[in-house]
Amino acid sequence: MPTTLFDKVWDAHEILRGESGQSLLWIDRHFVHEGSFHAFNKLRERSLSVARPDLTFGIADHYVPTLTRRLDAIGDAKVRGMIEQLEGNTHEHGITLFGLDDPRQGIVHVLGPEQGLTQPGLLMVCGDSHTSTHGAFGSIAFGIGASEVAHVLATQTLWQSRPKRMRLSVEGELPPGIGAKDIALTWIARLGADGARGYAIEYAGSAIRGLSMEARLTLCNLSIEGGARCGMVAPDETTFAYLRSRPFAPRGERWEQALAYWKTLQSDADARFDSEVTLDAAEIAPTVTWGVSPEEALPIDGQVPDPAQVQDAARARQVRDSLDYMGLAPGQKLTDIVIDRIFIGSCTNARLEDLRAAAAVLRGRRSQVPGIVSPGSTQVKRQAEAEGLDVVFREAGLEWRESGCSMCVGMNGDLVAAGERCASTTNRNFKGRQGPGARTHLMSPVMVAAAAVAGRLADVREL
Amino acid sequence: MEPIKILDALACPLPLANVDTDQLIPARFMKEPRSVGYGQFLLHDLRHDASGRPVEGFILNRPQADQAKVLVARRNFGGGSSREAAVYALVDYGFRCVIAPSFGDIFASNAVNNGLLPATVSEEDAEALLTALSDTPGPLRVDLEAQRIEAGELSVAFSIAPTWRTKLLNGWDDIDMTRQHAERIRRFAADYAERRPWLDTTPPEVISRG
Ligand code: SF4
Repeated sequence: MPTTLFDKVWDAHEILRGESGQSLLWIDRHFVHEGSFHAFNKLRERSLSVARPDLTFGIADHYVPTLTRRLDAIGDAKVRGMIEQLEGNTHEHGITLFGLDDPRQGIVHVLGPEQGLTQPGLLMVCGDSHTSTHGAFGSIAFGIGASEVAHVLATQTLWQSRPKRMRLSVEGELPPGIGAKDIALTWIARLGADGARGYAIEYAGSAIRGLSMEARLTLCNLSIEGGARCGMVAPDETTFAYLRSRPFAPRGERWEQALAYWKTLQSDADARFDSEVTLDAAEIAPTVTWGVSPEEALPIDGQVPDPAQVQDAARARQVRDSLDYMGLAPGQKLTDIVIDRIFIGSCTNARLEDLRAAAAVLRGRRSQVPGIVSPGSTQVKRQAEAEGLDVVFREAGLEWRESGCSMCVGMNGDLVAAGERCASTTNRNFKGRQGPGARTHLMSPVMVAAAAVAGRLADVREL
Repeated sequence: MEPIKILDALACPLPLANVDTDQLIPARFMKEPRSVGYGQFLLHDLRHDASGRPVEGFILNRPQADQAKVLVARRNFGGGSSREAAVYALVDYGFRCVIAPSFGDIFASNAVNNGLLPATVSEEDAEALLTALSDTPGPLRVDLEAQRIEAGELSVAFSIAPTWRTKLLNGWDDIDMTRQHAERIRRFAADYAERRPWLDTTPPEVISRG
């Protein structure tokens, strides 16, 4: 029977199917971070050990400071404690740790691919919803909760029901200045923040094939913002070229064996999907969010909606509530929205390609507002510095920081102040996400750079 | 885990859509150990104003709200971050069931793993329940076996995945269930490793620590 890429990978990991139809799946890679302490505590309560420490990797990213790499320099004892707790738990169970001072440290979803831990055909999980990122290599990767993390630690397996399959095709050529972030915000605005709930998405079409590995990572990262279980792109030459000679990638004969397998990881030509969505690449514009959910996104030349014009009462109420929180007037032009600061960072858009793109816009210009640039990993930071990108950001008046989740979630203390408006390359514009009362506008790195230069939301194509 | 069969309890209406897990528990509270009780953090920034005072009229600040076991909300409840702490906040507050037209995927499975029932109803039925409760905690019955919700005159059906229903009815825990399959897992892992020799994760050449 013709089979989808998703089903091929799923079937290869199915140990058994329970009476009620759930599958017990084998897990190839499991990442834990500071927030995974609840799961380690559950193991402790039940005196269980970690089944496969060799398939588990610890990463310090959510709470790490971006001003220092020294643990003892962290003022907040509770923040420091989170990092120490991860060190303690990984050490106790013999798990490899990419810790605060490790030259390979980075945000888990940047580090995995960069180190070659993420490979085609794998089943990967992490107690973090943006684990969907790793699907860019043609693996099934999704976020899980702490109870499931404890289950994977104890058994290296997970119970899951098979989601439905959606193919999201983007055909044609993307106009200049348009990237993966714009594709993602466009489809999420169209289908809704729960529009892909219950589905595994395969991104396909000529525009997707043309994307770099880094752009595919951005696209898959945002799958969860449309509610999807995971997002994948079938591996191809772009994937293989990226992976070759990464530290954890197979070498020599094993590389050849792996490659032969990876090349089979495609949806069959006549495979059936439960849902098909198609976008025309030529119609995608630079897109920004105006509200408090990623579905509340519009092309930059648009206007904030007016609840009085919205037919559906529930929808109108939601728009009114969003505008109220965001401090925006109905019908206001997006390009009239004045910002207070910018943030370039996160697992969505802080890879080398993202930093290069933002720096190209900022070169020789000044940012009208303060802002932070936090590279996705320590390695990205080093590469960016080797290319002089740090100088571009600094000369534009921005702060060049260490790598971590930083202002994406504010757990380390990098916060947007209440009432402040931030143009951000991150993935969530939820109320209070970047700090209590913070107002977030999501957009691509070049659009954040354009906003910085203009001091307001701006169309990068007009700069 | 405590099984659920029938809940006869007070229900709180929360007439909001997209109540994401960042709202259910803001990130800054996630450093706390569970032993402090996460109920105090539930919907913290909706419950309190900027100076930390309770927002008057917010449903969880109403009399009797602290005795409620059921929450009724609008679509896409629990979307966003995978933080199980969002479920801990609901459970520690006393909730055993959330009724909504749709749930974030990860949230729903976290809920089941903590004995919290995510009951999916149609948009119309959610609206009808919210109307019936009209802004205050009110009595409601959730029957998991029959998959029905009753509030006064109103009786609506809800859906839940059969596996989850079984787990909640019995109070089962996944780790116990899985360990019964230890031998199958061991055989699978051995065969799998043989077929995929390139998956060995022995750390590459030692990189000096900076
Ligand atoms: S950068 Fe943000 S979204 Fe990504 S893992 Fe960190 S907190 Fe999560």
